[in-house]
Amino acid sequence: MPLDPSYFEYPHRSYGMDHDQYDWSMLANRKPVEWPNKARVAVWVNVGLQYFPLNQEGKPFNPVGGMTTSYPDLRHYTLREYGNRVGIYRLLKAFDKYKVKPTFAVNTRLAERYPYLINRIKERGDEIICHGWHMDAPHYGGQDIAEEETLITKSLDGLRKLSGQPVVGWISPSKSQSANTPALLAKHGVKYMCDWINDDMPYPFRTASGEITAMPLSTELEDRFIMQANLHSEAEYADQIIDAFDYLYKEADEQGGRMLALSVHPWVLGQPHRIGKLEEVLAHITGHADVWSASAGEIHSAWKKSQC
Amino acid sequence: MKEDPGLFDYWPYENRPKIEWPNGARLAFWVAPNIEFYELDPAINPYRKAWPRPVPDINGYGTRDYGNRVGHMRLMRVLDKYGVRGSISLSTALCDHHPEIIELCKERDWEFFSHGIYNTRYTYGMDEAQEKAMIEDAIETILKHTGQQCSGYLAPALTHTETTMDLFAEAGGIYTCDLFHDDQPTPVHVRSGKKFISVPYSLEMNDTIVYAVNKIEPRRYGEMIKANFDRLYEEGKESGTVMCIPLHGYQVSHPHRLKAFEEALEYITGHSDVWVTTGREIAQHFIANNYDDALADITAKAS
Repeated sequence: MPLDPSYFEYPHRSYGMDHDQYDWSMLANRKPVEWPNKARVAVWVNVGLQYFPLNQEGKPFNPVGGMTTSYPDLRHYTLREYGNRVGIYRLLKAFDKYKVKPTFAVNTRLAERYPYLINRIKERGDEIICHGWHMDAPHYGGQDIAEEETLITKSLDGLRKLSGQPVVGWISPSKSQSANTPALLAKHGVKYMCDWINDDMPYPFRTASGEITAMPLSTELEDRFIMQANLHSEAEYADQIIDAFDYLYKEADEQGGRMLALSVHPWVLGQPHRIGKLEEVLAHITGHADVWSASAGEIHSAWKKSQC
Repeated sequence: MKEDPGLFDYWPYENRPKIEWPNGARLAFWVAPNIEFYELDPAINPYRKAWPRPVPDINGYGTRDYGNRVGHMRLMRVLDKYGVRGSISLSTALCDHHPEIIELCKERDWEFFSHGIYNTRYTYGMDEAQEKAMIEDAIETILKHTGQQCSGYLAPALTHTETTMDLFAEAGGIYTCDLFHDDQPTPVHVRSGKKFISVPYSLEMNDTIVYAVNKIEPRRYGEMIKANFDRLYEEGKESGTVMCIPLHGYQVSHPHRLKAFEEALEYITGHSDVWVTTGREIAQHFIANNYDDALADITAKAS
């Protein structure tokens, strides 16, 4: 049996992308971006504050970092909770020591469960963005649109109330979206989303409910990806982030402002044997002039301004 | 299904007829950037799923799109600096989607060879007429957009049938990158009896295999490249060897990886007696100067 003739039809074989959500463009050809005070690199440290339910359903796929063994998976449940109880406070100390401004991407269910933690972040005045309901509540292709909209409004409304902030940034659990996610986010007041990893800089993204900005949060440079998916050492984590920073710092000199998007998790870097490597990275970065440590929202606003 | 693909005969890596590269070079060095287009919602192939998550799998798609938006131009700067012309393994539909990238490659006199139409359209399940049409479509697209006659083939997503090599040779191709059995070019059997060869395209040096499959650290990849070069350069004193580094803009061009790669490239191109060339030039040289001797030697050693 040969393949169906439709396999040889290429309906989108024409200029640009094979969808209409954003324009095709190459980073090096874009208008250079100017950050405040002519900084070369904007550093966005994004802390994922995540709740992984013990009764994980894993539909239609297991969350990244989720339960692995048969129920009850106390092993992974408690390793993740370690981050929320212990690791996060190590991270906060490290940020303060190096005067780095973090952004917190919070599962709304976590904010509900741990008022102490969400209040602590509120008091610090750091930006809080929504990381969806919890890690086992994914957005995915084929999801019923009404069901997804309820999930989004429940997550956003809940976090806005608990944080007292407008909450205009979004990261989906496991960075997974349906075809409707961007439009639903825009409809409910989200200005930027961090799920698409196809660029090193923000870019405009079209939806049926108006424009939203894609703010790529690198997976390649994520603590979990480097140390737990690739199984690289703690020292290697530091080397890779430092190499990335150095590269972008140099590229910025020729091509305009660059963004270093570091995704970190208290359950990964908050371990006693890893926190020192985060400190090493922050010391390296903040040891340079012309570095702008900023929240995701501040970077987004500065980028928007530079597009005018 | 067959026990053996029937594409090549056993040929020991000792006492082979000597390969002499131009200007007495010991080693032919080529770099093959894969310039690919992956579809967000491709037609379904019953034998292979395109994406692990339900469409839209923005993780897999976005990962690849990074290469086109960010990666290729970064890699071009590095290859330009060390005088390396790329041999592009091309998803030929990219000529339509992203002609700006094709122009940049043309300006650099890079070689274009076929990597199928899209890297999300697999050869599995195609009958001979379908595969022939797909191969010819890609060859015509390259000719139309670049003026180049396509010489080489790397099957889309490394998906093949038993007749892939036959069909590509009949369509005018002279070399394949799909076989990883040797460090020197070797004749490949095709039913037409045409002079068709394998040019080494190392999967072990391929950045995607290194970083994403074998989970190798960026700096260690640099060390692996140097070690691979050192040995092939040494052995090339006896008979010319080939070293290939296959790359992807969505892998090596990330900011945490490019510096270590550049150091390795600087090391290689800092040696004399290295022929920095392209896949097509290696194939043409081998076919013109070594093919007949190689075939006679293989035949003599078969019994």
